[in-house]
Amino acid sequence: MKPIEAVNDFVVKFANVNGSGSASANELFAKAILRMGVPVSPRNIFPSNIQGLPTWYEVRVSEAGWLGRRGGIDMMVAMNPQTWDTDVAELEPGGYLFYDSTRPLPPSKFRPDIQVIGMPLTEICNAVYSDPRQRQLFKNIVYVGALSVLLEIEPQVIEKLFGEQYRGKEKLLASNVQALHLGRDFAHEHLKGPLGIRVRRADQVGDRIFIDGNSAAALGCVYGGATVAAWYPITPSSSVAEAFQKYCSRYRIDPATGQNRFAIVQAEDEIASIGMVVGAGWNGARAFTATSGPGVSLMTEFIGLAYFAEIPVTIINVQRGGPSTGMPTRTQQADLLSCAYASHGDTRHVLLFPEDPHECFEHAAAALDLADRLQTPVFVMTDLDIGMNQRLCRPFAWEEGRAYDRGKVMTAQELEAGKDFGRYKDVDGDGIPWRTLPGTHPTRGSYFTRGTTRDPYARYSERGPDYIYNVERLLRKFRTAATLVPQPLLRIASQPTRLGVLYFGSTSPAMAEALGALEEEGVHLDAMRLRAFPFPDSVAQFIAAHDKVFVVEQNRDAQMRSLLVNELEVDPARLVKVLHFDGTPITARFITAAILRQVEAMAPRARPRPAAQELLK
Amino acid sequence: MTYLAKPPLHHPTLEKNRVGYTRRDYEGKISTLCAGCGHDSISAAIVQACWELDIEPHRVAKLSGIGCSSKTPDYFLGASHGFNTVHGRMPSVLTGANLANRDLLYLGVSGDGDSASIGLGQFAHAMRRGVRMAYIVENNGVYGLTKGQFSATADQGSRSKKGVVNSDSPVDLVGMALQLGATYVARGFSGNKGQLVPLIKGALQHGGAAFIDVISPCVAFNNHPGSTKSYDYVREHNEAVSRIDFISPGAEITAEAGPGEVVDVRQHDDTLLRLRSLHAGYDPTDRHKAMACMQEYQARGEIATGLLYVDPLATDLHLALNTSALPLNALGEGELCPGIAALDKLNAALR
Repeated sequence: MKPIEAVNDFVVKFANVNGSGSASANELFAKAILRMGVPVSPRNIFPSNIQGLPTWYEVRVSEAGWLGRRGGIDMMVAMNPQTWDTDVAELEPGGYLFYDSTRPLPPSKFRPDIQVIGMPLTEICNAVYSDPRQRQLFKNIVYVGALSVLLEIEPQVIEKLFGEQYRGKEKLLASNVQALHLGRDFAHEHLKGPLGIRVRRADQVGDRIFIDGNSAAALGCVYGGATVAAWYPITPSSSVAEAFQKYCSRYRIDPATGQNRFAIVQAEDEIASIGMVVGAGWNGARAFTATSGPGVSLMTEFIGLAYFAEIPVTIINVQRGGPSTGMPTRTQQADLLSCAYASHGDTRHVLLFPEDPHECFEHAAAALDLADRLQTPVFVMTDLDIGMNQRLCRPFAWEEGRAYDRGKVMTAQELEAGKDFGRYKDVDGDGIPWRTLPGTHPTRGSYFTRGTTRDPYARYSERGPDYIYNVERLLRKFRTAATLVPQPLLRIASQPTRLGVLYFGSTSPAMAEALGALEEEGVHLDAMRLRAFPFPDSVAQFIAAHDKVFVVEQNRDAQMRSLLVNELEVDPARLVKVLHFDGTPITARFITAAILRQVEAMAPRARPRPAAQELLK
Repeated sequence: MTYLAKPPLHHPTLEKNRVGYTRRDYEGKISTLCAGCGHDSISAAIVQACWELDIEPHRVAKLSGIGCSSKTPDYFLGASHGFNTVHGRMPSVLTGANLANRDLLYLGVSGDGDSASIGLGQFAHAMRRGVRMAYIVENNGVYGLTKGQFSATADQGSRSKKGVVNSDSPVDLVGMALQLGATYVARGFSGNKGQLVPLIKGALQHGGAAFIDVISPCVAFNNHPGSTKSYDYVREHNEAVSRIDFISPGAEITAEAGPGEVVDVRQHDDTLLRLRSLHAGYDPTDRHKAMACMQEYQARGEIATGLLYVDPLATDLHLALNTSALPLNALGEGELCPGIAALDKLNAALR
């Protein structure tokens, strides 16, 4: 079998054991390629434990800039005997298998159609290092060194990264550089390189940044003016709060007094964390919590209170595999319905769907504005794939002089001037009432907040008309929300078509690539990326303009499709499910194959007709 | 809970406090609790305490959970913002509110069902966190709104109105508050306003987490023979460990001649708690002795009331978090947004 030949366009997967210290070495590998100007997209696929179970780190190298998972592996760095068979099976024909040959394996353990590269890593490390931990840790750096020779990654770039990582820790710097060269020297002497897959310096990264979505969301909360964060640790969201702490410590200390312009509380549980956010929001501070599916389940009663009592709340939901404990360290988009309708009774909540860390930043800041403007809970629906993996994305941007939208808060001066205040009156016709903050005025504007129903002046009431006024106004407010949330983005196919596709969130990079692949197969799709719920009118128009619309999502039950059917009252038969839900991030190959299959099944009825473009203009 | 406001007309000669308010200004809507409910007496004590302390009503934020007790904030301090949250979870909401604006006074009102059952966790963590507030539990040992089920504070062996004997041992919120680190712990009786008003005043002016458990008989469901939370039972078994006077700065300091030792405890804000210890050797500033003493009373079947423990130099969550003296909800873009230059620098570091 001919070895794969590809420059700057391949996938390397590292199979390791959790707790072996491989994560930083693998990240180093990815970053070195990035520093050579070649876009990379790494994904950490890890178990829900600390030590001993299998973990993988998949790096997609793509000069073309594809950042989704492609599917298939060109090179497997197989360091975990436990997963050997499945790791070997995952290789593309002509792919490369790199393994620790300290204990040589019989030919039956390999495939005839792959290239095997053995290197006695354990033996080398045992000869050089006496400390068991060092033997383990440096094994990872040694293989990065060998790979740098085989794939032609510039060693100076790696050394520079070491220099940044170990600034001020000269001893660590020197020992890591030594391990790197141990690997390089062995590869030069004993291995045949470079391989058919290799890296060549390019200029395709531009000004893009490399960061994980959780850090980006935390930074968005800092820029968006959040001052109170209450949270409870839960994978994969914990690093949102931890990053918020880090950024606040950097940016939010009053230089004159040394005091903190923020308060972060690790609560006793998710219920208390959302309770604190509700209290802070009621009292006029921008507040958020970060959690995942099980946390949202616990928070649901409070979310209902915040909806009905109309209190600004921001929730960053880094989704993981559910239901129940599900797969805590695997990704899904499976909390859509539980968040959209969280709580008993008739409720609807605002959801935002960031596609990458850049939008995690933007949407987190926007959520704080929206929550204040709409006086309601707003969810930022990210997921493990965006949240915990570093992703190449547009740099963060902030408009000069951007003012926070504090919403309709009546001041003491306005109250003093005699402005009529009715807490739940729809003064402006947009469903959003005015509020006052506690302590504003000695005699005017105070009211009693409660989860029970009330009249427009916040007086307890069980009268039917008062209740109906209330809940219909809330619906009106929800319709207003559709005009304020980030609007969907439309991409028209290169040829007229009656087929469309809707997608959202972390599916985006794989979808972008799949659209190109489908075009090559003659399937043209107009595409709309949803960025928020409630759905703006353009979503209904998009569906109306196409005979069939694929809805691509990462859950079993087609939850986004259900939302579309329920909210827009479209014929379900027109919305075609494309579902991926094994816990790994969706791949371009999967989407392409699934849509091709469906298009073939529905032909010839869905042959392109020119009307859709006209309707969408 | 009601929408019936009291008539706004006040008698022109009503006495005003130093900030210009009459007692009536501290009242709320008309109570819909049963006639004779202990909770109404507690509301009256809160009104009296706030009036006497010259607190501007709108500077108080009153929060509660769910239940009869949690309805009461509607019945006092009508000019204050109130928040009737969810069952048992008032402490977290109050904590968040307090973090947002440290300049207000926080009054948390809860019940025994609210705090000792569903909300036991939040009660415990608010105490250990040192949230500055006056946390009052109106404790009647029964679920009134759902008509007479035992609550977690009902004494073992006590009888419900239907004659059922409670087999579970009770949660002692005072003991828990002492254990968990509350810095002001008291027990009162709704039938003893003279004792209750200074206890509430001390709690409102306290610098940390102040907790008052007020035995407050439920006239509808827990005021019968066999109940240990009835008016008669509490009156018969009440043992006051101290009598407390609250003295604000500038007020004349006198000491009445009376039984027992007089202890003056000066708080961080210069208010003075004057305690007349009714029992020799009772030291309200010694947490361990207070805990031991409570257990002894309990073993004897007595209900100890009064100020049981106080740490006069208590600090709060804001000090622990080193938060800005200017309330967080008053900070603007200039103080909160790091700006474009910082973002550019950060972008550069992420390449």
